[in-house]
Amino acid sequence: MFRFLLSRLALIVPTFFGITVIAFLFPRLLKGDPVLLLSGERGVSPERYAMLNEQFGFDRPLIVQYFDYVWHLLGGDFGTSIATKSPVLHDFFALFPATVELSLFAVTFAVIIGIPAGIIAAVKRGSLFDQGAMGIALAGYSMPIFWWGLLLIVIFSTTLGWTPIDGRIGLRYFFDSVTGFMTIDALISGQRGAFSSAVSHLILPTIVLGTIPLAVIARQTRSAMLEVLSEDYIRTARAKGLPPRRVIGVHALRNALIPVVTTIGLQTGLLLAGAILTEHIFSWPGIGKWMLDSLSQRDYPAVQGGLILIALVVMVVNIIVDVLYGLINPAIRYRS
Amino acid sequence: MTDATVPPAPTPPRARSPWPARRKAIGEFWFTFRQNRGAVIGLVVFALLILIAVFAPLIAPFGFDQIFYDHFRTPPAWQEGGVPQFLLGTDGIGRDVLSRLIYGARYSLLIGVVVVVLSLLGGVLLGLVAGYFGGKTDIVIMRVMDVILSFPSILLALVLVAILGPSLMNAMIAVAVVLQPHFARLARAAVRVEKSRDYVTSAQVAGASHLRQMFVTILPNIFAPLIVQATLSFSTAVLEAAALGFLGVGAQPPTPEWGAMLAADREFILTDWWLATFPGLAILITVFAVNLVGDGLRDALDPRLKRS
Repeated sequence: MFRFLLSRLALIVPTFFGITVIAFLFPRLLKGDPVLLLSGERGVSPERYAMLNEQFGFDRPLIVQYFDYVWHLLGGDFGTSIATKSPVLHDFFALFPATVELSLFAVTFAVIIGIPAGIIAAVKRGSLFDQGAMGIALAGYSMPIFWWGLLLIVIFSTTLGWTPIDGRIGLRYFFDSVTGFMTIDALISGQRGAFSSAVSHLILPTIVLGTIPLAVIARQTRSAMLEVLSEDYIRTARAKGLPPRRVIGVHALRNALIPVVTTIGLQTGLLLAGAILTEHIFSWPGIGKWMLDSLSQRDYPAVQGGLILIALVVMVVNIIVDVLYGLINPAIRYRS
Repeated sequence: MTDATVPPAPTPPRARSPWPARRKAIGEFWFTFRQNRGAVIGLVVFALLILIAVFAPLIAPFGFDQIFYDHFRTPPAWQEGGVPQFLLGTDGIGRDVLSRLIYGARYSLLIGVVVVVLSLLGGVLLGLVAGYFGGKTDIVIMRVMDVILSFPSILLALVLVAILGPSLMNAMIAVAVVLQPHFARLARAAVRVEKSRDYVTSAQVAGASHLRQMFVTILPNIFAPLIVQATLSFSTAVLEAAALGFLGVGAQPPTPEWGAMLAADREFILTDWWLATFPGLAILITVFAVNLVGDGLRDALDPRLKRS
């Protein structure tokens, strides 16, 4: 297991450097003077320009600049945002909990509906439920989620008035952020109605963000279940008279879920990387919206740092998924 | 044994054309594909979309940029306040929504085709080279693909468009770059399997060059998974390009691209439901149809690839 982990970590090193190359080159590939782009200045005196030029090190060879950049990164210096004037790392961790909270809700939503739907569809293969559920799943998989979000807002927020349009909590609630998770902080604050306000703000974004993972999980659970159900040991279990619920719920499900768990993990990684479209539509103050805003405000140091941090999140989650996969799948564990 | 002296009947010249065999294969494929009702429906819808795109100027009642100054945000014809001539209503600056949707089909199909061709060519080339040569070449190429895959696709596309500048063409290039690692991985994996097969070894022994082995010997035998991936990428391409259009960095006004249409009238969607509903529905129907076809193709072409 330890060697398996080591080999996975070894793969990360070149990928990480590739990511830093992209982040390093990004402002240098943009049209315009990188000194002005990175400092956020529009028109400066020659002296100030020379000073900035030296500060960013653009007068030195590109390769030196790159290693300097990586050296700073390894020291935890991800640059300073032009928009907020604070370290990019600080901004990232201030916003990350909002993305984590939304992602966890979305994945939970997708799992709670997707896995049972997939199981029932597989067990009742060819039935009306199977066809209906898989039709809906494919439609969900084909959904332009920015439109889906707008549609839900029009129906449930503006027409029916059931849910708030955007943000994380009602304006009249104010309390200190302890965990960064609005639902938990609302409970801690003890204010009446704060928790339900936070939850009501989460409903639509959760559905929108969870739609595609839900479709993927439902489809995959069904196909994994179908495969397992045709195995000999399932026939044996049935033949020896075990109740169907036990055959499906214990014998089949345990093996069928192995690939599904991997999918859930990979989907979580993608969601944690920032749900740009969902966060944009619901003005959800997370990583995705931050990146989009930084790009449109030309806050390039934030984009640079964000790119690396986001890629790191994806990589770390993927490793965790790999390790989990090894833990739940003995075939992999013993081979390595 | 007089028979022995009888000269053997001249064997008919072997058919050099592979067509009869291919026709049989296509026949078998169609037989399997036809079993899947959803796939056939998807194919019909997709064919209709192609017809709509090709004959857009004949079908559309008005031009996509024709402005009617007396009809700003007219509701659909069946709703109160609607006008029969504008079946699906008019948009924020008085253009016929139906006509723009019809012309928009051209852009979505164009996006799908261009992105798939670009990413297929790039990805297959890289995957073939990586899988065929192995070693350091393989490591370098696949690590670069890993780097691309470690970013969420829409984020990387946004960054690329920031570098290239916002336009439909650049959005297509960006989406193609983001999608091609999938082709590269698939092609590489398939090449590595095929390379150890006897027919490749025999081609090698017969003196086939690297290029010939890669493109003539191996490539035709890894088509099936690539075709399935191409279909799936087509739908992803339409979705991602529409998302970029929606975020304002894809197709620019007055292009009637569906994502850009949603963005253009976003301020009105809370009051005028038809402005948001129809372009999104058009995207959904297109992507849904392509995905139905993709599912059918997968089942028919490559039973080893499972539904997921």
